[in-house]
Amino acid sequence: MGNSVLLPSKGHSNLGDMKIAVCVKQVPDSWAEKKMVDGVLDRVNVDAVLNELDEYAIEEALRIVEAHGGNQEGGAHSVTLISMGPARATEAIRKALSMGANNAILITDPALAGSDALLTSKVLAKVISDGGFDLVFCGTESTDARMSVIPAMISARLGWAQLTFAGSVEVDPSSSKVSITRVTDTGVDSMSAQFPAVVGVIEKINEPRYPSFKGIMSAKKKSIESRDLASLGISAQKPWSQVIDATTRPARQAGIKIVDDGSASEKLVNFLAEKKLI
Amino acid sequence: MSNVFIVVDFSGDKVSKTTAQLATVAARIGDVTAIILSASGKGDALASSLVGPISNVVVVESNDFAQFGVAASADGLGQLVLERKPVALLVASHAFGKEIAGRVAVICESGIITDAIDVASDLVATQVIFGGSTTVHSKVTEGCAIITLRPNSIEAKLDSATPIIEKVSLTINESAKKAIINSTQPPIKGGRPELTEASVVVSGGRGTNGDFSAVEAFADSLGAAVGASRAATDAGWYPHSHQVGQTGKTVSPQLYVACGISGAIQHRAGMQTSKTIVVINKDPEAPIFELADFGVVGDLFAVLPKATEGIIARKS
Repeated sequence: MGNSVLLPSKGHSNLGDMKIAVCVKQVPDSWAEKKMVDGVLDRVNVDAVLNELDEYAIEEALRIVEAHGGNQEGGAHSVTLISMGPARATEAIRKALSMGANNAILITDPALAGSDALLTSKVLAKVISDGGFDLVFCGTESTDARMSVIPAMISARLGWAQLTFAGSVEVDPSSSKVSITRVTDTGVDSMSAQFPAVVGVIEKINEPRYPSFKGIMSAKKKSIESRDLASLGISAQKPWSQVIDATTRPARQAGIKIVDDGSASEKLVNFLAEKKLI
Repeated sequence: MSNVFIVVDFSGDKVSKTTAQLATVAARIGDVTAIILSASGKGDALASSLVGPISNVVVVESNDFAQFGVAASADGLGQLVLERKPVALLVASHAFGKEIAGRVAVICESGIITDAIDVASDLVATQVIFGGSTTVHSKVTEGCAIITLRPNSIEAKLDSATPIIEKVSLTINESAKKAIINSTQPPIKGGRPELTEASVVVSGGRGTNGDFSAVEAFADSLGAAVGASRAATDAGWYPHSHQVGQTGKTVSPQLYVACGISGAIQHRAGMQTSKTIVVINKDPEAPIFELADFGVVGDLFAVLPKATEGIIARKS
């Protein structure tokens, strides 16, 4: 069991040269009101942006290659963005490229609209295994679906080390070793693994850079390779969970509102006591 | 009757109260089997401290769980699910639980629903999404229904359990041993409950001006967890791990007290489903008042200390 679902991976890069992939997603602006239409998120009529939590993954991948010779002219390493989404997702990908990634792969196919985490992780894992990457970086979750299962699912599909919820990452390319501190509510774990590995980063790991003017200009010339399901050898699959209904919740009714005249504390304590909250 | 798995949620030697909540929901669906994935020699003590409507316990002891973390636990659990074919698998919705659920979904080729706040006997899960603005009902249509349940979403039945305990030994697959845990430090706790598990949360925002002492004292009088808005965590006033909101934690406590927080969508997304909401803010126009069951237009530094005294006085 288990092993039967593993994807074979192509040979990895030469010793010392790192090939890094970063999974990115275009999402509705997290400040915008979102709506469900026919059981799926309406992505058409809403402003779309690069998933904010992915910026930390891009930044960390760039910092790691920059600490070891870089990914720009003459640098031995590379950072490739991998994204699944509609053709429009190129807007978010350009922004991510302008931060300093080398190139991008966008998997776009009408059959992928409304796909679940299982199909998404299958598609991403296939592109990763075809690409011969050493490391894959992901944000902890997308601000739309908020499942935070994709990094774990990709790791399970590839049989690669899972190093997620990383609050710090250290990479030694010469020994192909990656170490993280995993930061969750249950504590802080110091973890390590040999390449290849899936690294998920949390938002306190770094401060993502703003794209420079030069970065924005050069991003326009960078390659975004478009792939469809057929080219990956994956057949379309219905989501394995189904939305039965989605209803807008009635707005909360505002309750008591008082202006403090010195007695608000007492009234507040009385309110809490009446509600049996003390 | 159909068989439903729950994953026993514990920290150290202590079973969390989320476990009884999982059992309570699972018992609506079928006979509950609680799965304990523990270090060698630790399973019996955990099994004997279980409460809730649990009929069977499967104890899997392996030091691989502590050494290889999520991947090893998911591998062991996946083997049990493939072998015993439960109709559903319920897991606590936190970092560890969601990652295990995700991996088991891949291993067992099953659909997954995360962050449910309720699950009915027909396996229809309820989620509240988009910052509390939309309720969604959905159902897994393939394989075992893997559902992660948000802590504190439902009231647990705390019946004493007298389950049949079975020990199972499993061999964890090598593919689940790629990442090694070299050392573990427990979370630094100030004696306050976990944000996502607390039944009361008191949060501070821009209005604290960086001084959380009044917020913390009030929280302590209520036995509450302390949260913070993104403005407060971005300013470095409070650790990011305490951030409540769209890019932080989602909480749904019995009581949420927002102090000096204006209530941008970003923040509301993380607390809107709280049962009772109290707001203290100087600005009468702050949008957070729209959510308040009890709102005070006033200075938190004047209101909170007196309220703290009032609560302590009432308790004594």
